[in-house]
Amino acid sequence: MSELLQPQSQASVDSPPYWQGLRNHQLRLQRCPGCGTYRHYPRPLCPHCHCFEAEWVTVSGEAEVCSWTTLHHAFHPAFKALIPCVVVTATLREGVRLLAPFRGDSARLTRGLALRVGFEEISAELTLPMLLPA
Amino acid sequence: MSLSRRAAVTGIGETVYAKSSEKSVLRLALEASLAAIHDAGLQPREIDGLIPYAGMGVVAEDLIVNLGLDGVRFSATTPLGGASPVAAVQCASAAVSSGLCRHVLIPVARNLATGGRISERLRQMPQFNTVAEFELPVGVFAPAQLYAPMARLHMEQYGTRPEHFAEIAISTRHNACLRGNAMMTAPLTLEDYLASRMIADPFRLHDCSLESSGAAAVIVSSVEGALDLRHPVITVLGTAEGHPDSPVSITQRKDLIEIGLDKAAPRAFAMAGVATHDIDVAEIYDCFTYVVLRQLEALGFCGRGEGGAFVASGAIRLEGRLPINTHGGLLSQAHMVGMNHIVELVRQLRGSAGPTQISGARVGLVTGYGDLGDGTVAILGRE
Repeated sequence: MSELLQPQSQASVDSPPYWQGLRNHQLRLQRCPGCGTYRHYPRPLCPHCHCFEAEWVTVSGEAEVCSWTTLHHAFHPAFKALIPCVVVTATLREGVRLLAPFRGDSARLTRGLALRVGFEEISAELTLPMLLPA
Repeated sequence: MSLSRRAAVTGIGETVYAKSSEKSVLRLALEASLAAIHDAGLQPREIDGLIPYAGMGVVAEDLIVNLGLDGVRFSATTPLGGASPVAAVQCASAAVSSGLCRHVLIPVARNLATGGRISERLRQMPQFNTVAEFELPVGVFAPAQLYAPMARLHMEQYGTRPEHFAEIAISTRHNACLRGNAMMTAPLTLEDYLASRMIADPFRLHDCSLESSGAAAVIVSSVEGALDLRHPVITVLGTAEGHPDSPVSITQRKDLIEIGLDKAAPRAFAMAGVATHDIDVAEIYDCFTYVVLRQLEALGFCGRGEGGAFVASGAIRLEGRLPINTHGGLLSQAHMVGMNHIVELVRQLRGSAGPTQISGARVGLVTGYGDLGDGTVAILGRE
């Protein structure tokens, strides 16, 4: 396992609950306690009401297909074993998005296709989300 | 106070473009800088402003010590990835029109042997921090991979086809073949395009720009400072910068199709006081064919979703109504972060673009596109 595959949380002190949630097979999102706006990817400030606070909400993982791509070229040796891989840009029910591998029949992919979130344990430290047809 | 017609691009310089170079990034930057200074008819000591490309590891101080500049009064960087060189023209225009300085040197240099590969750039650029934390673990980090969902959505929403992307790759290659100092020298056919391997669907190899070594530079001067120089004055008519919603992550952008140029283009045209039908030639940042197509829409040459039909009409060919990338672009000349596009536009407006010269070109446009959608545009004119 290359270190490249580990999350590069260079500066983020905002994201540990997200990664911990994935390890527990839960999709957790930041939500602003001031105005209720979801913010993802995690960050320190709500752009709508400028509240620094965040509550972490476990969400259902219901989503739909926004767009997708099939990766054919790895760009780095660490990813050679992963390709070809279909990656979907999915819009969660909460309005924010998830970019994750699609583990289903890619011939069925179409905009608006209903999805659910699953979890893949990559290592003891890292669990990543994946997407399945609902 | 408007920046319009207060600044001019007075000097241009380029090195040989190739896959690799024996020369250091600094050496390449200095060669292009000297070429631009000489082209303008200036002496190095007359350079009093510097905007080195932020991604190359050469700073203003390196230029000062090597070029022997003892009167630098202004320096800045414009770290917007591929939108940087045109953003630097905007920044330099502001500096010279406000009287901070008179002649700003803007060099870009790259050497693949000593850095600049895609997989390394990710770690060097803070605007990629979000991608590096949340999308790299999924295997998505290279621009081809990050932009592919935008192109796929455009195809799904508007019926854009691979043949439309191909038209951009083929016409750009045609120009590179005519032009010289281009890395790609063999014509490209539709069959070649369709047979090229997939990189990140829908992007094939020929949708992707080159990786190159070399350097290019321009000099932006105050209009007053430009009048007694060597060449016809090529004035900055209008310039603008725009950022899309969610500029750190395309995934989280509410409208995946939106780019920063959607916001910047109307401002640049308004500042210039010209319309799309006034543009004789355009050098469009072409990191990927799709990015060209989308920018043509954002610039207003056609409506959103109509980019495919626009290019299919032959509009972007040398003999079309909007010839683009007359030097071969990032797709077929070299990836000089779009500084080669600014150099080419100045050549076109001077009338010195050789085999791909657009007859009578007097007003032209150049764009930049930065990493996750930042957009810049400059409209230049010979008046």
